[in-house]
Amino acid sequence: MSDANLPAGRGAGPLRDLRRLAFFTLRRVLALFVTILVGVYLTIIIANMGGKVDELRELQIRSTISEAVRADPSYQQMDSEERNALIQEQVQMEIERRNLDEPFIWRSFDYLAQAIQLDLGRAEEMHSDAGSRDVYDIIVERLPATLLLFGTANLLVFFVSVYAALYLSRHYGSRLDRLVIGLAPSSAAPGWFYGIFLILIFAFIIPILPAGGMVDIPPPENDWAYARSVLSHMVLPVIAMFISSIFISIYSWRTFFLIHSSEDYVEMARAKGLPANLIQSRYILRPTLAPIITNFLLMLIGLWSGAIILEQVFNWPGLGTLLFQAIGYRDTPVIIGGVVIFAYLLAVTVFMLDFLYAILDPRVRIEGGQ
Amino acid sequence: MNRWTQGFRELKRYPSALGGMAIILFLIALSFYTVITIPYSEALEQWRGGDHWRMHPVNASPLWTDRLTGGDKPQTQVIESDASEIRETSFEGGKQVRIPLDFSYNNDGFPSELNLFLEQRHSGQEGFVRLTWHRPDGETINLGGQRIGEKERVSISQNSSLEGRLGMVPHVGLFAGDSDPESPQARQGQYRLTLDAILFDENAELEADLAVYGRVHGLAGTDYQRRDLMLALMWGTPVALAFGLLAAVGTTVTTLIIAATGVWFGGWVDAIIQRLTEVNMILPMLPILVMVGTLYSTSIWLMLGVVIALGIFSAGIKTYRAMLLPIREAPYIEAARAYGAGSGRIIMRYMIPRILPVLIPTFVTLIPTFVFLEASLAVLGLGDPELPTWGKVLNDAQEQSALYNGFYYWVISPAVLLMLTGLGFAMFGFALDRVFNPRLRTQ
Repeated sequence: MSDANLPAGRGAGPLRDLRRLAFFTLRRVLALFVTILVGVYLTIIIANMGGKVDELRELQIRSTISEAVRADPSYQQMDSEERNALIQEQVQMEIERRNLDEPFIWRSFDYLAQAIQLDLGRAEEMHSDAGSRDVYDIIVERLPATLLLFGTANLLVFFVSVYAALYLSRHYGSRLDRLVIGLAPSSAAPGWFYGIFLILIFAFIIPILPAGGMVDIPPPENDWAYARSVLSHMVLPVIAMFISSIFISIYSWRTFFLIHSSEDYVEMARAKGLPANLIQSRYILRPTLAPIITNFLLMLIGLWSGAIILEQVFNWPGLGTLLFQAIGYRDTPVIIGGVVIFAYLLAVTVFMLDFLYAILDPRVRIEGGQ
Repeated sequence: MNRWTQGFRELKRYPSALGGMAIILFLIALSFYTVITIPYSEALEQWRGGDHWRMHPVNASPLWTDRLTGGDKPQTQVIESDASEIRETSFEGGKQVRIPLDFSYNNDGFPSELNLFLEQRHSGQEGFVRLTWHRPDGETINLGGQRIGEKERVSISQNSSLEGRLGMVPHVGLFAGDSDPESPQARQGQYRLTLDAILFDENAELEADLAVYGRVHGLAGTDYQRRDLMLALMWGTPVALAFGLLAAVGTTVTTLIIAATGVWFGGWVDAIIQRLTEVNMILPMLPILVMVGTLYSTSIWLMLGVVIALGIFSAGIKTYRAMLLPIREAPYIEAARAYGAGSGRIIMRYMIPRILPVLIPTFVTLIPTFVFLEASLAVLGLGDPELPTWGKVLNDAQEQSALYNGFYYWVISPAVLLMLTGLGFAMFGFALDRVFNPRLRTQ
């Protein structure tokens, strides 16, 4: 393609790429934002089908107002009947002010706006370790623990499986290859399932690792000791996740690489006598990078929800345990908030997927994703 | 059809397919056996717990694990008064009854509990009974007296005054030999519990059942509510299979039809389906299930409905779409159109059957995913409130800290069944994949 064919004023080289990338990103952000809107809206509709959200909000209004009235010294002299009447009146005003008496369809957009701004309301029973009752604070406090555990496990699974698959695709039909294929069905069980056995073996029968939690109790003062304690608590959950996804992961990558290493251009490179490493990195890995990234992020999406039970089984203080505790307390705002946060995390994952795709796939850069 | 029979003939060459099929057939047979021998309503009724299980020990491990590890823990013995010689002497306005309950105890270790169940019939008045314990060496221990209403349950194990006299819990103390009290050994031989009752009605009848609870029970052991785990393990099979199968059928079939419709009509129909799929991708399935379970109901059928509803616009649509797009342009579709086939007919009879072989392995490997999903929900405490399932057994075990207390069987047996189901379907599915998608095989 010569420059003369390009429309005037578009320029060339990295600047043009950047502009197209920016354009593409913007379009994707907009599309994803709409997707999140719809997704969160659906969540609200599901959550509110029994009028639960309304009840909650009314309760919250009532509790804030009665607290305010009780705390106000100018109302101290009132007897309880008068005070209740005052509270009732103020609640009514607040309900009208917040349009709670309007039909749900109008109010649902109001909820949507709040959820999108991550204004998730106040928890009924739970509070964050720092003492905040805001659902947002509670969730944000738990997020790093989840990210640490699942980030580690996923990266480990991803790199090990891609390298193992590359190795196996060069030695397909070998005993090791057949072994991995034979073990692939073991991935039918989720991580928590293997977790139960790991806890049984390594925490109870041979007690060498902690059965659950994130750090020793009480937490060590020293930073190094703290890190070591967290690491030792991470071993079992990470192994559980690793076992449950490694073989299927290697299996599918191996198949994928096998299909790609029989492409004509790879054969051609081989015929030219290029070294195996070069063929692997330039002729197999480079063109398959985009699907590899796609799969990695899709795996992330799948694991976000799998996290809930694994965390619960290992008593890991992350989002999953939080959600589980919220079920125990029937703390609806936290549950709904958790669902909204999960939707956001998934959307961010999907966005990263798109963005990386745009960088890796030359077609997006050159054609502006058209 | 030739292609299918050929495919199945080829399947026989894969040992993993045969293994998987054997496991699946076993599970199906077990399901039918369970549903026929223990009807649905009866299973629910029994699993609710209560009186039905009063003769079962609490937290007893399976018999076979104990015997295999060389143990000789006792099984539960129930000694009924019907089988013993009752001596009655009448007096004015009542009668005196003496019931000897004989049993031999030949195990190492002690029973886990002792209970006496009394039932008095045809009498409006409370009677009175005195209990005496006879040990094999001839020694007798007075267990005290007890009023008898219509139905009584005498917890000998919880008799604290007796415990004080014996210096250890009654079900140990009553069976202990002469060895040192620090590490008591069970004395084997003939034991007898004598009931001397006075009933204040000439027609009154007294029935007594002595339960010497063991420490092992049956094939699967029991849980903290004395329920036999076998019931849940057996009933868990049809529930798991039905849930997995229905969810897999529900999601794959609807997804496929929607993907085919989108591809066939193209344009805005396709665009809407694509956008809905993207929305569905960011809807977190498990948290939503958790939310529905908390806010509405945890009934397994509602969960199934939600799983299917969320699965309709799953990511699978993208894959099927890619497969269906070239088929849409195939000459045989054009031929069908030329003879005047309608859109519905083309979608259902021409497009979908074409990609079914590709779908079947996915479908089979999907089943265990849903089986585990159901178990996952149950482990989170959102299992069906009534049905006994494997996941609920795991949940109970976790709530009662089974691993910490050493009740390993309670966790292992449902887990093994889950694993078996997962492996069976996965092995079969992987083999199917290689048979129906030959591209994987030649590589």
